[in-house]
Amino acid sequence: MSPPSPRSRSMEVCARTNVTLREFGCEQTLLSRPDGSASFVQGDTSVMAAVYGPAEVKVSKEIYDRATLEVLIQPKVGLPSVRERSQEQCVRETCEASLLLTLHPRSSLTLILQLIHDDGSRLSCFLNAACMALMDAGLPMNCLFCGVTCAINADSEIITDPTAAQEKESRALMTFAIDSKEQRVMMSYTTGSFSVHELQQCIAVSQKASENIFQFYRDSVRRRYSKNL
Amino acid sequence: MFSGLREKVGQVLVPGDEFCLEIPETLSLSEPMKPEKVLLGPGLKRKGDRKLLVVKSGVLRHKQPHVFWVENQQRRYVPARGETVIGIITVKSGDVFKVDVGGSEQASLSYLAFEGATKRNRPNVQVGDLVFAQFSVANQHMEPELVCVDSAGRANGMGVFGAGGLLFSVSLGLIRRLLRPRSDVLSDLQKLLPCELVVGMNGRLWARASSVQQTLVVSNLLQSCDTMSPPQRQQLFRRAAQGAL
Repeated sequence: MSPPSPRSRSMEVCARTNVTLREFGCEQTLLSRPDGSASFVQGDTSVMAAVYGPAEVKVSKEIYDRATLEVLIQPKVGLPSVRERSQEQCVRETCEASLLLTLHPRSSLTLILQLIHDDGSRLSCFLNAACMALMDAGLPMNCLFCGVTCAINADSEIITDPTAAQEKESRALMTFAIDSKEQRVMMSYTTGSFSVHELQQCIAVSQKASENIFQFYRDSVRRRYSKNL
Repeated sequence: MFSGLREKVGQVLVPGDEFCLEIPETLSLSEPMKPEKVLLGPGLKRKGDRKLLVVKSGVLRHKQPHVFWVENQQRRYVPARGETVIGIITVKSGDVFKVDVGGSEQASLSYLAFEGATKRNRPNVQVGDLVFAQFSVANQHMEPELVCVDSAGRANGMGVFGAGGLLFSVSLGLIRRLLRPRSDVLSDLQKLLPCELVVGMNGRLWARASSVQQTLVVSNLLQSCDTMSPPQRQQLFRRAAQGAL
């Protein structure tokens, strides 16, 4: 009998594992100067995002048929370093894939992410805050996205949304950006050693977790527009 | 046609929601097919042949007979043709003024686009003046262009203005509420203080009342009632009327 295909196995894992995410919360339009702003909290990890745009762009940076998206990540202490630059690239590529940049050619969109407190799952918190801020600014998007972090610990268990302590003890750490229409992986950022089977399991678990996050986005937007102005 | 669309009117939608064209199961050969039209406003885009995509988060609204749009609360203005805005003249170069309207590019305003302007009779416009104008060209591919005359050549309220008043910014949602046919915000304000108000659809408001203090009261009231519900706003206006503010 042939061994079960990896995909069906990961779906079994999905059905069995209870995807546990830490408690999350968000707030939109909390800053008065930017065109859109949001803060996202996952457990103790907290990030604030601000969006400016579509605004004027320097001629050296303008693109003739698309908007120029710039992402700036500010750490809690100190100046941005190489680690922040690589995380900026991950966030920027995800946002460029989901925004309709061709509707605002020769303009600039600036996304600033400030880390308020880091207790693990930093990159996925950046992604979630970025998505809420882009929605708040009213920028046209063709899908929503969310970030989910998975850690594989020494016992080969998959932990979703790990804390900083769990991340330190893990042998592999993966962050995926998942889109809202077909739950596909838009961006992945992995460190550590893991097998192909474990990667597929983590992707399946992240896709399941993303459903909770998208439902949360919908509920917070609904609450925001529920006030009858 | 888009039956799902009519059911969702009044509900909150997020980017990524899709609506599919429903094709009737049986086509009648004897009766003529009535073509059904749907007009898409901001926040809705056509995707391919048969799908509608929601691109902004907000409440789905409907106006008879077939107009749909997503109403959201955003602060950034994107120029659209036909909208009247308040601009600030920044550059006067040759035959063209450059006007800051709060968008991603400055708009251009020709000196001939004023009522009664000819090559000999130039309008009296200086850098820093406020101008109330309408977009004649505004799309993503071209530089936006403003005019201060309507299609018949009359000013119709547009042109340079601004002596003695105060210019301030509010969100686009409040502007739309002020410009509604029977706006409660406007009627509450009129009962409170007589003032002159110019509403620019780019989020800018200009107000002038009989004294500087009253002008400041009007601007503070409008900026703070942006996110208030009607009862809260009426309470605020009542407190202002009693002189508590």
